Amino acid sequence: MIAYILCFILFLVGLYGAVTQRNLVKIAISLSVMEFSTFLFFALLGYIDGGVAPIVNPAEPARIYVDPLPQALVLTAIVIGLATTALLMAVIIRLYRKYGTFDIREMKNLRG
Amino acid sequence: MPLFVVTPLAATFLIMIVGRFVKDFNKYYTSLTLLFLVIISFSCLFNIGENVDVYKVGGWQPINKIPIGIYMVMDGFSAIVVCIINLIGFLVAIYSISYIKRYTSENYFYALFCLMIAGMNGVVLSGDLFNIFVFLEISVISAYSLVAFGVEKNELEASFKYQVLGSIASFLILFGIGFIYWKTKTLNIADIREAFKTGYDKSFYLFVQLLILSGFGLKAAIMPFHAWLPDAHSSAPSPISAMLSGVFIKAVGIYVIIRLFFNMFVITESMAILITTLGTLSMVIGVFLAIGQWDIKRLLAYHSISQMGYVMLSIGIGMILISRGVKQEVAALAIAGGIFHLINHAAFKGLLFLNAGAIEYTIGTRNLKEMGGLAKSMPATSATSFVASMSISGIPPFNGFFSKLIIIVAAITAKFYLLAALAVIVSIITLASFLKFQRYAFYDKSDEDKRPEAKEVPYPMIFSMIVLSIVCLLLSLLAVPVVRDAVLTPAINILMDPLKYSSQIIGL
Repeated sequence: MIAYILCFILFLVGLYGAVTQRNLVKIAISLSVMEFSTFLFFALLGYIDGGVAPIVNPAEPARIYVDPLPQALVLTAIVIGLATTALLMAVIIRLYRKYGTFDIREMKNLRG
Repeated sequence: MPLFVVTPLAATFLIMIVGRFVKDFNKYYTSLTLLFLVIISFSCLFNIGENVDVYKVGGWQPINKIPIGIYMVMDGFSAIVVCIINLIGFLVAIYSISYIKRYTSENYFYALFCLMIAGMNGVVLSGDLFNIFVFLEISVISAYSLVAFGVEKNELEASFKYQVLGSIASFLILFGIGFIYWKTKTLNIADIREAFKTGYDKSFYLFVQLLILSGFGLKAAIMPFHAWLPDAHSSAPSPISAMLSGVFIKAVGIYVIIRLFFNMFVITESMAILITTLGTLSMVIGVFLAIGQWDIKRLLAYHSISQMGYVMLSIGIGMILISRGVKQEVAALAIAGGIFHLINHAAFKGLLFLNAGAIEYTIGTRNLKEMGGLAKSMPATSATSFVASMSISGIPPFNGFFSKLIIIVAAITAKFYLLAALAVIVSIITLASFLKFQRYAFYDKSDEDKRPEAKEVPYPMIFSMIVLSIVCLLLSLLAVPVVRDAVLTPAINILMDPLKYSSQIIGL
């Protein structure tokens, strides 16, 4: 249970960073923190105390296996997260070239 | 059915590879792909009827009636949405042939465009919760990069804002999926429904519903989550704005909300009231924000929020009635109005953004104050945008009138008089703001002498606009009972009777 609570706190830390930070790169890092708390949550979902990796060997007696599906989901989600982060960083670099700063307060062309 | 995802996905990679060596391969191949998809999607729409068509990816058969593979599901409702996606996509692809010449690297544009279509088709056809998330991210990532396609200050800023909010939405959705998997140990929508049917924990259920609603609500730009939409939709290249506003927010936002809340969750009254309230809020506030805008594309973007409010409102009314278990035929009417308005909005908002693109293409500005007197020099644009403006403001005999009428009639018969009155008032304000658009853009004569250079746009753009305006008129036919029974009724039945959906899929 404590692991779930820590995972949720990690999510809130990321959310706090994304809301309060003014530096574009720090916002991107906060988003990554949120992302990884979600992945951690998925990994926890599949974990069973004392379970082993689900490689079934017919010769051995039946054992407790961890749930493999969340692991597959996390792998997919990590790949997606990589694409999102890469694109976000590319946009941040372009923004830096246009404005010469990472400060989000300087970028306010779009209002209203 | 897998063709809907595979063909545009293959087109993406072919364009990137072959388009490098063969000039003009990209534009014609994209149009051909989408033409093919339009044909098969319409044949699906007319053949599907009341059936539910299931494709099991990889051929994984269910074991003991427990589905283990990824399912793709085609039913009446998803067939309609697939038709909209591919039809608007096809016309936008034709339009882009001329429009996108202003930008460099056309290959990337067409590749991302096909990727976005593939993602949206995947979201709509997926019968698996996590698969929805994967296809959603495919289409959303290509949308992020298409918004930033101009790589100027505004585009980049809009894209950054969109990405931050979109990522937060994705995490909320992922959390929701995680919680659902935790409780039900399955990801198949029909199977989850079977698990929820046997009973559930109230507070857990509410929490998951709120996570899912806020996640997909952010993607659909429902009122408290709308901040990214005007920036992103006005900064993107115009064909992409038409795609984003006309199709994207419906396919990845509203469609998924409707599908999950009707076919996966058991409808609860508190959730239904929440959805109705959010719909009403976005309907009213969206139109008030729109009326003060002078940038045409921002004006249209705010109207998208408002019109999506109509859809949410009528869907919410339907949900309230279903959860109370009274007046099922009125509930069916409300849902019909919502789906009908969703189809109509795709047609006329796509057309309006294409018009805005045509104006920008010719005179190079989006500011209404700098336009005027374009009616003579651009007759086709002027006529089609008149059709679209009248449709969106609900003037008969255009399609917007009939869907708004159905929504208002449903609200009155369900005794939600306040909501009906608000819907009428918002419709009148919409008319006012589109009269402003028409007057300043096309009829204000004061500037006429200053624009000898304004002339009509190239033929591919005219073709798309005229076809869409004909579609706007033809969609009025959906109000005729015979056509409605053929197209809308299967979709409504599948939504009204969730057991039918889940039992058919599990049974196969």
